[in-house]
Amino acid sequence: MPQTALSPGKLERQAGGLRATGDWTLPHHQRLRKTIEQQRPGHAANTQDLDLKGLGELDTSGAVLLVEIIGPERMLEVANWAPEQPAERHALLLAVAGAMQHSDPIPTPTRSPAVAALGEIGRIMENLGRQQLQLLGFIGLTLGSLASVLLKPWRWRVTALVAHIQQTGLNAIPIVALLTFLVGAVVAFLGATVLRDFGATIFTVNLVAYAFLREFGVLLAAIMLAGRTASAFTAQIGSMKANEEIDALRAQGLSPMELLVLPRVLAMMISLPILTFIGMLSGIAGGAMVCVLALDISLTQFLDILQRDTPLRHFLVGLGKAPIFAFLIAVIGCLEGFKASGSAQSVGEHTTSSVVQSIFMVILIDALAAMFFMEMGW
Amino acid sequence: MSRSEEAVIEVRGLVNRFGPHVVHEDLDLDIRRGEILGVVGGSGTGKSVLLRSIVGLKHPDGGSIRVFGQDLRRLPADQRSRLERRFGVMFQRGALFTSLNLQENVALPLIEHAGLSRADAEHLARVKLALAGLPPEAALLAPDALSGGMTKRAALARALALDPEVLFLDEPTAGLDPIGAAAFDQLLMTLRDALGFSVFLVTHDLDTLYTACDRVAVIARKRVLVADDLATVEATDDDWIRDYFHGPRGRAASQAAQRLEDQ
Repeated sequence: MPQTALSPGKLERQAGGLRATGDWTLPHHQRLRKTIEQQRPGHAANTQDLDLKGLGELDTSGAVLLVEIIGPERMLEVANWAPEQPAERHALLLAVAGAMQHSDPIPTPTRSPAVAALGEIGRIMENLGRQQLQLLGFIGLTLGSLASVLLKPWRWRVTALVAHIQQTGLNAIPIVALLTFLVGAVVAFLGATVLRDFGATIFTVNLVAYAFLREFGVLLAAIMLAGRTASAFTAQIGSMKANEEIDALRAQGLSPMELLVLPRVLAMMISLPILTFIGMLSGIAGGAMVCVLALDISLTQFLDILQRDTPLRHFLVGLGKAPIFAFLIAVIGCLEGFKASGSAQSVGEHTTSSVVQSIFMVILIDALAAMFFMEMGW
Repeated sequence: MSRSEEAVIEVRGLVNRFGPHVVHEDLDLDIRRGEILGVVGGSGTGKSVLLRSIVGLKHPDGGSIRVFGQDLRRLPADQRSRLERRFGVMFQRGALFTSLNLQENVALPLIEHAGLSRADAEHLARVKLALAGLPPEAALLAPDALSGGMTKRAALARALALDPEVLFLDEPTAGLDPIGAAAFDQLLMTLRDALGFSVFLVTHDLDTLYTACDRVAVIARKRVLVADDLATVEATDDDWIRDYFHGPRGRAASQAAQRLEDQ
């Protein structure tokens, strides 16, 4: 209906009942509702007569108000008490009255905020516990299907594996290299500033080498992949789930674990060590740049110290963590994808959760590993 | 009935193409006030593209679309938005907002465009859901908890939220069981008679064409071949139309509609 503001709807009291005039349309809805509440002292007014002769435009929102004034039962007899109205208006009022007969307001359960807050805390704790349990279960499932596929080379999904290596590994090289290069430079600068006071600027080389071989190379690459790839895995699998593609795979007797999870997990476990190695090199290169340009340590000297003072075990300690991080990141990314339900919001929530969880796990395991390696004297 | 010859939407010389693939060429179509216009055509003939062009979701590559006498493409954004509020669109798969429950889905345009308070908007939304034939307890359900038929009804309720003058439905009965589809046709006609809107109905459902539609437009060979009442369309001398309406399914639907009228 054209929503003109020319004759705003009015409800007036007259002898023997109420009179509705003007346009009862959506733009006037809010105001009309207020008027009705003022005019009506209680529900007894439902039986009053309603005069519709001066009614202008009417749409569903206006019809809802009219039905509320006199009640749906009486509105169903509208043809009797307002025969002057055109047939389509009768039809509209009848349709709305019929609908409102069945649309009683639903009582929503109310709880006190304190109970709700406690309940929420309980729910979050329970979810956390359940999440860890699910993660362990899913890790088992992944290892199980890996074991069942491992001895059957004809079931290896080489194409998918290579495609995922390209996406998770090759395409991530520039950003990982840039990031570690910059952090390498920063570490060298910081180290030099502190070590200069002790006249030990030359140890900046050892600092950069130790830091990147043992920790920063693998940590930065893993965090980068957790943000870049775990989220992608969750979103891919989550929207496949929303689109019933996972169910389609299962219904065709194909295993989503084998088709979707294994190539992703294996690709990550191949990509992350490579990226870690690149990260180490590039971080050390960043440190070397600072040493050469700002600290008067020549490149030959830098490489000489690097070769002489850095045992191989640092490199192995750093690199050894990469496949474990990769496995966790990929498994968490995939699991969160499977947990997503049909809604857009759920896919978003699980994507966030997968990034947070995988970064948390990476740092937690790294901290535990650092303590372990220290105690072992490696 | 306020059905008349007056056109609320006039499409003239519409051209749509995706790269080298021409979907529409020189397509003309009118939607008249208060009518239910069925749009049929083979898969891939651009029925949905036509719908999207009219409601402004796809920029046409040529021609003009006049809505209530005004060219949507030439209007400034705010006037255009005001005109578009007079449209109700129901998408093929419902396109309900999955993060909102049903009553919030319907209340959203009421709150945003009509400036109602949340309580008023949700009250109106519940009435609209009931109008579309949903039970009251459905109002608090999330869209992913609905069956196909309920999704269609909820999508219709949302399309009706602002009392549109033109309702665009993209295959509303696809995927419904025959009883549900027939109920949907009846619902559509009841609401059209009550609310007086025009309907642009893309459908493959022959029963809907025979029971609900006032006029039928056939899209084939990149344009509208014919747009007229069913008898005229059926009698048109064209291979595709003959196959469509006089094939086994067309004949069955026609006989069913005939029986319904005889009763």
